[in-house]
Amino acid sequence: MTGRAAADRLSRRRVRRVKERSIEVVLFLPASVSVVTTIGIVVILFSESFSFFREVSLADFLTDTQWTPLFADAHYGILPLLSGTLVTSGIALLVAIPLGTLIAIYLSEFAPFTVREIGKPFLELLGGIPTIVYGYFALLFVTPLLQVFFPSLPGFNMLSAGLVMGIMIVPYISSLSEDAMRAVPMNLREGSYAMGATRFQTAWRVVTPAAFSGIAAAYILGISRAVGETMIVAIAAGMQPDLTWNPAEPAATITSYIVQVALGDLPHGSLGYQTIFAAGLTLAFITLLFNVMGHVLRKRFRQAY
Amino acid sequence: MSASTHVVRLRALIAAHKRWDRVFAVVGLLALMTGVLTFVALFVDMAIDGAARVSLEFFTSFPSRRPAQAGVLSAWVGSVLVMIVTAATAVPLGVAAGVYLEEYAPRNWMTDLIEINVTNLAGVPSIIYGLLALGLFVYQFGLGQSILTAGLTLALLILPVVIVATRESIRAIPGMIREGAYALGATKWQTTADHILPYATPGIMTGVIIGMARAIGETAPIITIGALTFIAFLPPAPVTAEPPFISFEWLWSPFTVLPIQMFNWTSRPEAAFHENAAAAGLVLVVMTLAMNAVAIYLRYRMRKTIKW
Repeated sequence: MTGRAAADRLSRRRVRRVKERSIEVVLFLPASVSVVTTIGIVVILFSESFSFFREVSLADFLTDTQWTPLFADAHYGILPLLSGTLVTSGIALLVAIPLGTLIAIYLSEFAPFTVREIGKPFLELLGGIPTIVYGYFALLFVTPLLQVFFPSLPGFNMLSAGLVMGIMIVPYISSLSEDAMRAVPMNLREGSYAMGATRFQTAWRVVTPAAFSGIAAAYILGISRAVGETMIVAIAAGMQPDLTWNPAEPAATITSYIVQVALGDLPHGSLGYQTIFAAGLTLAFITLLFNVMGHVLRKRFRQAY
Repeated sequence: MSASTHVVRLRALIAAHKRWDRVFAVVGLLALMTGVLTFVALFVDMAIDGAARVSLEFFTSFPSRRPAQAGVLSAWVGSVLVMIVTAATAVPLGVAAGVYLEEYAPRNWMTDLIEINVTNLAGVPSIIYGLLALGLFVYQFGLGQSILTAGLTLALLILPVVIVATRESIRAIPGMIREGAYALGATKWQTTADHILPYATPGIMTGVIIGMARAIGETAPIITIGALTFIAFLPPAPVTAEPPFISFEWLWSPFTVLPIQMFNWTSRPEAAFHENAAAAGLVLVVMTLAMNAVAIYLRYRMRKTIKW
């Protein structure tokens, strides 16, 4: 009798253990989706680009100054798309980095409690607006506004796309930088005040350098957002691939070219279809580069307290 | 005399430094105001252009070549259906992955690999997800340019958001909760399902809402998979008259969503279509703002009420 009960309990324990173990496996599978996604991205981008690079040499791709894959006289030089991407991102960063940093320093070191409690959620809301809406704003509000001051500005231009993109990125930079600054321990500030430093001196010469690794990571995130941003440039910057560094001109970026092709009806497997994967691969490389850079910066300038 | 001029000089120096404090307080406030004012300009501009078009008719009409009759019926239905697929995929996957990483994962290279991937995927541009979906879902798996493809694509896109939110809210639960459960003989799964998950739910909800708000406004990946921009019909209804009453036909249907409809109207030259675009944008902004506001409120209330 007692032997039976003990055996029962044993088998129940075994069932329990099998159940616990299978739950662990069931939970592991969703966690591995992230790895599968990464592998999927790499495989798709490389395999489709591979067929592309069999037709077009890598040297042509990197040095040709024309990008006209859909014309009879086809050229496959990525430089015009790259210049568009760099100019729009550059303008965006010229807006977002100073503005985001100022806001972060202000919110973390200067703002009264109520301003911070209202300002932070407001910035979060600003970051939650769909980019398509920013695109509309750039094309139909900012461009006409700029044309009042510069009547020769064309309807599609990189300037307004870049400016609006900058505003879009501000919340990312300000909120991450502010987090980094708030993580700086209070005794550093107290030490600075004890030496007779003012609030601004403390914020600028003590807190900002101490939080630099976090701030740099915020900048890097801002850069990769700018490089990968699609809808604002697709709407407001026009879509002609042109090798130009003049922000007042229209141009295509890597992302807006992909949109342009996707809107058309290119047959699966054609060279034109494969160009968007080659463009996507270039984009992925650029963002990877910045991610690695961010990682290195964070490692190098991290200060432990 | 030298002592007093010294004091005067010192006072001047202190005053100058304090002036910088005041200058920066103003500069910082101005920077913050630039952000706020842009938001106000964006909202007011769209409201002026589009508010007149937002009516019941706007929501019950299909897109049309005549701007005054065009509406967003197919677009909002498409958005809702895509969001259902996204939520049904991203929430279980993301929460399970988060639970695994916080509660179950052993410290080994596989866990490190998963963590690095989650972090990096959060930084991948959304259009790359579109290319992944185009190559994989549309052509390799043969799912076509359907609601299912779009929903799955957006689910992958917001997965890191859900995972990170799940992990953070689980991490905030103190160890004594787990120890209490174990002390009463609960298994790991019983502890997780009956204690950890319920306590983490508000935090997870916040992350899910933020992720969904992002997904609903995403345009680039959906354009990349080749969604049509002009759809004047609705997907098959999910509920049918004959048994089994539920149909999943709609998953395979072509579709459009609100942001794509807005993009279509924005890129037309006629100003009348721009009014429609503004109206669609207004709907989109109000929706995402409402979702974000709920998330911010949830987080705020959590901080106030939960004290371990």
